[in-house]
Amino acid sequence: MGFRMADTPSEELAIDAHGVARRFGARWVLRGVTLQIRPGEIVGLLGANGSGKSTLLRIFATLLRPNAGEARVFGHDLRRGADEIRSRVGFLAHTPGLYDDLTARENLAFAAAMLGLDTGGVDAVLERVGLAAVATDRVRGFSAGMQRRLSLARLLLTRKRLLLLDEPYANLDAEGIALMNGVLTDSVRAGGGALVVLHELAPAAGVLDRTVTIKDGRLAEPLGGTARAAPRVAAGVH
Amino acid sequence: MAWRDDWRRVRTIAWKDLTTERRSKAGFNGVVALGVTILVLFGFALGPDAQAIRAAAAGALWLAVLFAGVLAFNRSYQVELETGALEQLLLYPGSRWTIFSGKLLANLTFVGLMLVIVVLVGIVLFQVRVPAAWPSLVGVLALGAVGLVALGTFYAAMASRSRAREVLLPLLLFPMLVPVLLAAMEASKALLGGDLMHEAGAWMKMLCAYDVIFLMATHLAFEQVIEA
Repeated sequence: MGFRMADTPSEELAIDAHGVARRFGARWVLRGVTLQIRPGEIVGLLGANGSGKSTLLRIFATLLRPNAGEARVFGHDLRRGADEIRSRVGFLAHTPGLYDDLTARENLAFAAAMLGLDTGGVDAVLERVGLAAVATDRVRGFSAGMQRRLSLARLLLTRKRLLLLDEPYANLDAEGIALMNGVLTDSVRAGGGALVVLHELAPAAGVLDRTVTIKDGRLAEPLGGTARAAPRVAAGVH
Repeated sequence: MAWRDDWRRVRTIAWKDLTTERRSKAGFNGVVALGVTILVLFGFALGPDAQAIRAAAAGALWLAVLFAGVLAFNRSYQVELETGALEQLLLYPGSRWTIFSGKLLANLTFVGLMLVIVVLVGIVLFQVRVPAAWPSLVGVLALGAVGLVALGTFYAAMASRSRAREVLLPLLLFPMLVPVLLAAMEASKALLGGDLMHEAGAWMKMLCAYDVIFLMATHLAFEQVIEA
């Protein structure tokens, strides 16, 4: 069961999903997920391995089509408004999605060119994620944590209204966790929303507005039965 | 201007593919080595009869390019799949066909370079005399490469979602390539033999028609095969 704001018009919701279902072959991974996220909200998505967390995130990012149900992202239908949704959504997958034989700067320059941006902002973003010193190194030699930071840097090239983050804290050190939380709180301050897949609540507890748990393909009650899992604090690096 | 944005994306993807391929080296070296090895094996299989070798040169050349090309097409999506980059690629705003065009441009450059090396080796190995109408032969090679790469890039995208993509790609691609290969082989054979029957032109026209059809069809259908 999801968290419903009945008085919020659908076009103002960052995510407005009803009965979203998806199967792979004969196995139903999602069996009717209903979820609403308002702009300015950071929602943690918890659940066991294979419970469908990443699948749900991919559906909202337009990477997968649902087999049933309806969902809108900032008022745009997943099926008919995929292009509009892509221009508003920043997606951080569990895998880094980088090119090993390109340098850190080239990876970001590629992303900037694909987004239609000037590459002038690439160095500033590398500086922010702490990778300026290795900007000309190939990604092949990067640790998992450095690759995560570079993926985050790609996300920072543009200001997206909705962040969909799949285990964003994986492989990050304390400084990286603070950086990630800073990105989340910045996004919220700018009126965006975020849905964050988590295995552990601890790294994100300070920035989450509420959590939902996915079980047997459906959303369960929020943890603690309340809308807010923990008071949001400005724990990030700005 | 939308077409400028699309063209920028096409160039960006082609640059990225060619840069990663140039730096990894293993891909190009492997593909060229396979092409040359297939030519040498054809040479052994045909025996010492110089006449038979020359007659089979065009067929051997195109089959070598085909088999080596399959490796190249598979690699072009493997790079995207290794670290989940394909998902990021699909998330960038803009038309899906720009992804296909970028990959097609990179693969065309890649196969073109491979073709130059394989042809030069073939000329030496099969003792082929370069015909007077060599510009037409270059045209046939270019037209054949376009058809091969258009279908190869398209079916590699289709197979990339499958675990058995290395097996699936030739099974999907080879039957569809028959008309292109047939036209390319016959046109090449006619030109290498001096085109006494003036048949090369007809085969080239057919190649042009296949290229136009396949380029249009693959661009139109790409979005359907790349979406999950």
